[in-house]
Amino acid sequence: MIINHPLLGPRDAQEFTYLGDATLINRPDWQSENALNAFHDYLYLRDNPAGEHRELWYHEQGDRSWLVVTRNTMTHEILNVELAHDVAKAAAAERSAQ
Amino acid sequence: MTNGNRLNGGLIDRSTNLNFKFDGKNFSGFQGDTLASALMANGVRLMGRSFKYHRPRGVLTAGSEEPNALVELRSGGRQEPNTRATVAELYDGLSANSQNRWPSLERDFMAINDRFSNFLTAGFYYKTFMWPKAFWEKLYEPVIRKAAGLGSLTGEDDPDAYDKGFLHCDLLIVGAGPAGLAAALTAGRAGAQVILAEEDFHLGGRLIAETGALADVSGADWVAQTQAELAGMGNVRLMPRTTVFGAYDHGIYGAVERNADHLAMPAEGKPRQTLWRIYSKRALITTGAIERPIAFENNDRPGIMLAGAVRAYVNRWATTPAQSLVVFANNDDAHQTARDLIAQGVKVPAIVDTRPDAPDVEGTEVLKGAEIINTSGRLGLTSVQVRTDKGFTRDLHCEALAMSGGWNPNLGLTCHQRGRPVWNADIHAFVPGEEGLPVGQIVAGAAKGDLTTDAALQGGANAAVTALSDLGITATPADLPAAQDAPVSLSPFWHVKGAKRAWLDYQNDVTVKDVKLAHQENFTSVEHLKRYTTLGMATDQGKTSNVGALAVMAELTGKSIPETGSTIFRPPYTPVAMGALAGRAVGKEFHPTRLTPSHKWAEEQGAVFLEVGNWLRAQWFPRKGETHWRQSVNREVLQTRNSVGVCDVTTLGKIDVQGADAAAFLNMIYANGFAKLPVGKVRYGLMLREDGVAYDDGTAARLAEDHFVVTTTTANAVLVYRNMEFVRQCLCPNMDVQLISTTEAWAQYAVAGPNSRKLLQKIVDPEFDISNEAFPFMACGEITVCGGLRARLFRISFSGELAYEIAVPTRYGDGLMRALMEAGEEFDVVPYGTEALGVMRIEKGHATGNELNGTTTALNLGLGRMVSTKKDCIGNVLSRREGMNTPDALALVGLKPVDAKDTLPAGGHLMNLTGPVDAAHDQGYVTSTAYSPILNSSIALGYVKGGFDRKGEQLRLVNPLEGQEVLVEIVSAHFVDPEGEKLRA
Amino acid sequence: MRYSALRIFKEALTGHKGWTQQWRDAAPAESYDYVIIGGGGHGLSTAYYLAKEFGGARIAVLEKGWIGGGNVGRNTTIIRSNYLLDGNEPFYEFSLKLWENLEQDFNYNAMVSQRGILNLIHNDAQRDAARRRGNAMILNGSDAELLDTEGVRAMYPFLNFNDQRFPIQGGLLHRRGGTVRHDAVAWGYARGADMRGVDIIQNCEVTGFRIENGKVLGVDTTRGYIGAKKVGVTVAGSSSRVMAKAGMRLPIESHVLQAFVSEGLKPIIPGVITYGAGHFYCSQSDKGGLVFGGDIDMYNTYAQRGNLPVVEDVIESGMSLIPALGRARLLRSWGGVMDMSMDGSPFIDKTHIDGLYFNGGWCYGGFKATPASGYCFAHLLKTDRPHEVATAYRLDRFMSGNMIDEKGQGAQPNLH
Repeated sequence: MIINHPLLGPRDAQEFTYLGDATLINRPDWQSENALNAFHDYLYLRDNPAGEHRELWYHEQGDRSWLVVTRNTMTHEILNVELAHDVAKAAAAERSAQ
Repeated sequence: MTNGNRLNGGLIDRSTNLNFKFDGKNFSGFQGDTLASALMANGVRLMGRSFKYHRPRGVLTAGSEEPNALVELRSGGRQEPNTRATVAELYDGLSANSQNRWPSLERDFMAINDRFSNFLTAGFYYKTFMWPKAFWEKLYEPVIRKAAGLGSLTGEDDPDAYDKGFLHCDLLIVGAGPAGLAAALTAGRAGAQVILAEEDFHLGGRLIAETGALADVSGADWVAQTQAELAGMGNVRLMPRTTVFGAYDHGIYGAVERNADHLAMPAEGKPRQTLWRIYSKRALITTGAIERPIAFENNDRPGIMLAGAVRAYVNRWATTPAQSLVVFANNDDAHQTARDLIAQGVKVPAIVDTRPDAPDVEGTEVLKGAEIINTSGRLGLTSVQVRTDKGFTRDLHCEALAMSGGWNPNLGLTCHQRGRPVWNADIHAFVPGEEGLPVGQIVAGAAKGDLTTDAALQGGANAAVTALSDLGITATPADLPAAQDAPVSLSPFWHVKGAKRAWLDYQNDVTVKDVKLAHQENFTSVEHLKRYTTLGMATDQGKTSNVGALAVMAELTGKSIPETGSTIFRPPYTPVAMGALAGRAVGKEFHPTRLTPSHKWAEEQGAVFLEVGNWLRAQWFPRKGETHWRQSVNREVLQTRNSVGVCDVTTLGKIDVQGADAAAFLNMIYANGFAKLPVGKVRYGLMLREDGVAYDDGTAARLAEDHFVVTTTTANAVLVYRNMEFVRQCLCPNMDVQLISTTEAWAQYAVAGPNSRKLLQKIVDPEFDISNEAFPFMACGEITVCGGLRARLFRISFSGELAYEIAVPTRYGDGLMRALMEAGEEFDVVPYGTEALGVMRIEKGHATGNELNGTTTALNLGLGRMVSTKKDCIGNVLSRREGMNTPDALALVGLKPVDAKDTLPAGGHLMNLTGPVDAAHDQGYVTSTAYSPILNSSIALGYVKGGFDRKGEQLRLVNPLEGQEVLVEIVSAHFVDPEGEKLRA
Repeated sequence: MRYSALRIFKEALTGHKGWTQQWRDAAPAESYDYVIIGGGGHGLSTAYYLAKEFGGARIAVLEKGWIGGGNVGRNTTIIRSNYLLDGNEPFYEFSLKLWENLEQDFNYNAMVSQRGILNLIHNDAQRDAARRRGNAMILNGSDAELLDTEGVRAMYPFLNFNDQRFPIQGGLLHRRGGTVRHDAVAWGYARGADMRGVDIIQNCEVTGFRIENGKVLGVDTTRGYIGAKKVGVTVAGSSSRVMAKAGMRLPIESHVLQAFVSEGLKPIIPGVITYGAGHFYCSQSDKGGLVFGGDIDMYNTYAQRGNLPVVEDVIESGMSLIPALGRARLLRSWGGVMDMSMDGSPFIDKTHIDGLYFNGGWCYGGFKATPASGYCFAHLLKTDRPHEVATAYRLDRFMSGNMIDEKGQGAQPNLH
């Protein structure tokens, strides 16, 4: 597979390490009332979709960016690639706005 | 032997005579021959034996789809089983042997299977061999295994080298037949970056196998002229002898180039084969078509071949399989075989054509509406029996038969991403479907179902134009020669009815009857059919057999062929030598070897090295007179504990953490707190995974308000860094913190023992005070040594002694080690390796990988109180789950033998003094053991259920694996200096 | 019809006209006592043991394609009882014992061949781990032997003993481990279940569950609605997709595992060997093909195919271990979708929906579990209590903190 790195352009997937579902960015609040449930769902449960999947890849043999790759798990077609840092910042901003 | 079957013409170089051996007999052929064509020219028809019934077999095809003529090529470590004689290029001195026969190809004992074929039907083995139970492994299976298999490996190491490489292109063209060549010309002239890969050593495909494919020029001449033009283009890479074997994601293709298989052995330093990963923007599949046989009684005798293959042998290799040949077909195309042979003076007694309206052919009789109902000749065809349209039976004497049931597009690469072929009713064959075709792939020519030369040429050129226009490259179809464009004239005919044994899959001996039995037993789904009968599972993967069997099944179920199913091909297209897929990453080069900066110094000391991940670390340093490693290790431990020792700890992971939020960041990744750690101090840190299990441990030294140096274990250096980047980028995106791995940037040494300070004071520059008062336990600082060399000093101890770790830039590592040794001479300094390091850490009760095994928690380690409840950190919440906090949770304890003479095996399990010894009564297990020269006893660390409250209790340490049982006592894990007085001294 | 050598003999003399269908193609009835979704190894064995061991009832197996077409039809055929943890080893030992009597039990030769599995050891830490595992196996009633380098050499003289990046220092031998003809397992169970009245319904895809007041009533399928008192789901790589239809999210990800077979060769590898320093394990089939595999492709996928880097990784490991492999050829590679669970261990459990039961999360170890998985799932379906060897396979174990993590990798499915 080839991942189109937002900063570096097309890169072979062999340069990357895979982690999993990009919802791992949305770590729950450790002090919330139902923290145990929230952390259980966050860490263990997955949508595991057959189709579009937003997922985390780490450019280990490259610039060490974590990326959020939107990829179809049926065809392996890659639809979008973002810097995870940007995604996480946006998510944090959204959380604090709420 | 003589070249008795050699004809005129062909693309062989008759000036280069090549001598070769088959089954020990000497033969000769010419440059340009394959082993099959050369054997054929020498009158050899029998080349192999089938898999199950050991039927005598000759060559069926002229290409890589060959199911029959498989041989063992070469010998010793280079012996290559199952080599298709049809694609093995002849070289001088070639030696090949037939396989899967004993004692000889002509007389094969296992051919007895053929006599009992009525008992050995499809799947018979699922119904028997069950009694008595023990006989399967002892009797039945060994006999079956010995009889099965094809060729053999010698077991010797393959002496050849293999390379790997990457290629990039706009357009990859797979197959250099008419469509591929036309496409290459078109794309090459447009300036695109083109790769043209061809599995054969000669470009041209059917153009060089046919007479009269082109109207005004010979196929071979046009191919030569086109090849010359392409070779002159800098933007076109011609790759003959290259099989594109797999279509992978995003336009990546796997290909193997056979650099030296046409030579006796590779030239010195050159590879045998090269694996290419081809990154294409577009790929054009022009892989042609594969002819299909007709199933009839005894249709597998040596001499029975595909009609198109016969033409290839006649026209390209100038050889005929025999002097008298009958044609059996359901189409016009095969008639050309008769014409080509007649033109060369070979006798063609008749063409047997299943069509009542078949055309006539000059020079031979066409038996219209006729079928071949049987054949004769045990080791080679002698005659065929024909049933005429009137129902009469006629025997025709012949030594070869050219058959054709039509052509199947060669679909391999179009199916690799699970694309489903669709049925084309015009040519009665499967063609590539749109759905599931790999992205960026286009198919043209016969592979697409365009079975005429004209359509292939035009289709190839047009496909190139289309492919390039997608990429924004303008191309115009190349001017192409006029070519044969008669439409396909074929009337479907799959098998002759009433046959007792009519072969569909030659190699695996699957007959029409087997398909019928599968149907009878409800194996009607195509996948069930394949699996039950082994159809299409042989080395040719059903290239010549799958569609025929589907047609038989369709007849039985009353469905159409496409309703019955289609089969998809999986990579590789043809079998690929494992050596090519492994490349150079074998033997010592399997993984990189990482050496520390003072490795050379350690070698000079005669160190014994140990693999730690990819690192080599000194395990111990034997001295003269020491005959057992334990002597060396004991000496290293005692001398360190009594005076001073130095150990290379460069392999520990080192991560620089900088930024205004560095302390807050460490607070997040460590279970314990770091916010209040003063500058100039080090703290032990325990990292958890998010699931609350202990992950890694190490130290973090605060060199400045906004600067920490973190160490990790050697094993987890990469993982911890990855995880820290995850926390930084994904979980704490607003923190002002930056990370970099400095594992390779710093060489680091532990200096341990009561004299360690004195030793260091000799090399640390005098302006730095490292006295106990100025530089106490857990102090750290940036200093200079040896007169101005920058260094970092940490007063931390893994051994439990007064100890330091000192780091210098990597290139000074070797120098520092030598300086330490020189300065330490007066203290009788000793270098110590990982073994002594291990003994001392066990004596001190420090956990390492054996204890941090990915299932243990801070609680298990006795570090439960380190997990702060006052702050967030990775793993904090989930570490509090009930199941991880039970009263009888495993606890890390020390263990010592009740009888000091006993040794304790790591991996032993612990049982109560009385009661059963079984899993239900398991009390825990031993993680690490060592012989302590200080305590003169074997000691161990281990996990015991509820062990913190069981000190003083005795347990049985059982090791049934090695028949051992030892009485042990639970003690504190801190065997030496439990109060920690030494390290604060 | 009972299979035997005598039967073959008789049929051979009478033109093989007497062989009957090995299982019927049943049409769905209106309702069943038990509906098993998924006609793979686990689904078929569940139906077989439900019918055979737990009393006659109306049972159907629904398969969206053809039976045995999932991972039971595309694996590397290894059976073993060499697990470390108490949550697992009794279950796999139970499974191995079922394997040992399977053929006589269901009257089908699945070629259960206990030719031994050897896990190679390359350093002291691995030897310590092997000792702990071997002892755990023995304490659970399985078998294990610790070999030194010479012991390994005696069994496999052609391994790379001279030029290894990670020298071979011994191995843990499990003699009762071995291989099985995988397709025959599916067919044998199908035939045995069919003989006991189970309806095996192919080309019948479940499109939804009918659930009312927290109780399952039946399933909608491409062949109409089918009522059921109890529904058991055994769909491996499709677990998340099917259970999502019941509104459940699972601690499972789907990943692809590639497997490989070489061209047929005369016998060279007697048992099963696994490399301890790279991703490679290998055995040789009775037909002569070397059957081997390595690690998964590492990314979530439902495509039954993998990519080239993993092929290379596996074969680099293979060549490093067996240098003679260079001249053998890779014949075919394929991919199966694995239901990778969060701790590498499976689930055999009730769900919060009354009458809906789940069996999955087998990662790439499902084949060897086939008999015990079916047996224990049947036990659960019938009695509503877990079988004693499968008590740990709860869906709520991550909530309670009772993970069964053999590899110690934590909640990252692609590392198990």
